[in-house]
Amino acid sequence: MTSISDIGGAAVTAAPSYAGTEAGNSISFEAVTVAYRGTVVLDSFSLEVEPGEIVALIGPSGSGKTTALRAVAGFVRPTAGRVMISGEDVTDLPPYERGLGMVVQNYALFPHMRVDENVAFGLRAQGAARDLIAGRVTECLQIVGMSQYTRRYPRELSGGQQQRVAIARALAIRPRVLLLDEPLSALDAQIRRNMVDEIARLHRDLPTLTILYVTHDQSEALTLADRIAIMRGGKLAAFGPSRQLYQRPPNRFAAEFLGRANLLPVTLRAVNASSGLADVRFGGMPLSARQGVGISVGDECLLCVRPHDLAQADADVPNVLKGTVTSILWQGDSYSITMEAEGTQMRLSSAPSGEPPEVGAELHVRFSPEQAVLVAQSADA
Amino acid sequence: MTAVAAARPPARPGLPAGFFVFPPVLVIAALFLYPLSLIVAQALSGEAGGFTLSAFEHVLSTTAFANALIHTIEISVAASTGCIVLGLVIALILSFTPFPGSRLVARVIETYIALPTFLAALALTFLYGSAGILNEGLMALIGSKTAPVNFLYSPWGVILAEMTIYTPFVMRPLLAAFSLLDPAQIEIASSLGARPARIVREVILPAAVPALMAGGSLCLLLTLNEFGIVLFIGAKGVITLPLLIYDKAIQEFDYTTACVIAVVNVALSLALYSLYRVVLARYGGQRAGLV
Repeated sequence: MTSISDIGGAAVTAAPSYAGTEAGNSISFEAVTVAYRGTVVLDSFSLEVEPGEIVALIGPSGSGKTTALRAVAGFVRPTAGRVMISGEDVTDLPPYERGLGMVVQNYALFPHMRVDENVAFGLRAQGAARDLIAGRVTECLQIVGMSQYTRRYPRELSGGQQQRVAIARALAIRPRVLLLDEPLSALDAQIRRNMVDEIARLHRDLPTLTILYVTHDQSEALTLADRIAIMRGGKLAAFGPSRQLYQRPPNRFAAEFLGRANLLPVTLRAVNASSGLADVRFGGMPLSARQGVGISVGDECLLCVRPHDLAQADADVPNVLKGTVTSILWQGDSYSITMEAEGTQMRLSSAPSGEPPEVGAELHVRFSPEQAVLVAQSADA
Repeated sequence: MTAVAAARPPARPGLPAGFFVFPPVLVIAALFLYPLSLIVAQALSGEAGGFTLSAFEHVLSTTAFANALIHTIEISVAASTGCIVLGLVIALILSFTPFPGSRLVARVIETYIALPTFLAALALTFLYGSAGILNEGLMALIGSKTAPVNFLYSPWGVILAEMTIYTPFVMRPLLAAFSLLDPAQIEIASSLGARPARIVREVILPAAVPALMAGGSLCLLLTLNEFGIVLFIGAKGVITLPLLIYDKAIQEFDYTTACVIAVVNVALSLALYSLYRVVLARYGGQRAGLV
């Protein structure tokens, strides 16, 4: 199958005019509230998506991420607030006047139309000329590597192929922004990984295209998104560049939701002003980590350290934790070891070189102070 | 195969499978096939006995038969078309623009299936008959002594009554088909720039074709054989095949002619029923059970 990279020349040629403007389009949520029969599912939600960036909306079920996307698409009407696209208030516009492309989990291809007819649908609906439609359909199917399947019906395609057609269909109208609602959730793991790469390539080929991407899969979000918005209870719990959000989560919820960090209850003893490192005490153990936001000396807080940043070590090195192994799971490329230290369960990933420790054995693990950060104790954002 | 074999109930020793099939077949033969065969035999036998097609040749060449056949087909096609249009509009409204009480409305319309057909004719008489609500109101309004609205006792009255009764036969499978339509398809079509009329035409209707064709065929079949409504309304000059059979058999005691017309009617019905099954098999696919 032709991939996006295989037809890079054609795609790059198409890219500059792609999103309609050189700079692409921004999306703004301005205190958007959505309620269904009195139940608030999106609560005064504000977010800015810059032109040409990919922003992932992630969060647990019922957090309001899909509702936020649907508010942009025009499928739900906010009870308060405004949705803006490139500064234009689209809150009261019907979906067919917004000029957005959307891709959903179950593809929603029109089953009675062939692949090329599906891709041409939006252009025909907008009254485009026949020549333009033919050219655009060819171009978009080429972008997603589906040129050889134009005369197939959706039922004759695999799930991954159907999703490529759905993306081509959304791209064909040259949308102001592309909305992706869990687009890969219905695919099996291997195809999902390939499609993540394909979407990343797509955005490299079409750099002005603004993408709002709803997913429950944090690895998709971390791989694709420039910035990630974590939602909880209809509100924005955290928002920032993906790497920063992962490495320095601003609150407990972000730390737990993104990457399942270990959170150790500690007391802040001192902060080194020059290094920005904080000295904390975990039970009887002195540890160091980067200082977090809004935490003062003497505060009870949480030390956030990722499982893969913990390494087995000798007892006499700095920043070491002592615990007891409670379970070991072999996962092919690593062991997932759970240990208990000072009454707190924590996980670490260990390369399968050598024999793993026994369950019940005493284990010393260390981490670099730069790889750990303090977050406030409160579970709220 | 093993699973299928295992799922079968064990055969009872001593009793062949035919033993259980025979009684119902006998009942069907006695109650249905035997009387039908008598009708066919009567239609094909001459006055002196023996096999002959002379009765067919005679009856099929009469103006009365030709008129009845034309009326039957005209009314049936018109009523079925009306049912399809009305059923489609109602189903679209109930499915895609639901309002408080829309489910109740759907249930009430569906109950029409359970009502005797002539009741619709009776209800329409109260509404549009010579002494019905509409005519009395209009007569009082314009000071006329004759009823200004007289369509009820014409083929239009029959068509309206048949539409009232048979529209649910189209509406119900359409509601089932619409409930299976992925709402995301409609939303995506809308986001791509399609306005509601285009969505109905290009997304919803293609999904409803099997239900429309099956419901329409069923309406055609039922209206072709409708007797109660035509008899009750007593439309002047509206003689359909079932009514002609009734006239010949009950009023003129001309059983041979009645039987010939009945055979034609049965042949038409069987042809339409075959079409209905073909439509279901061709377009219904996995949804055939719903219609």
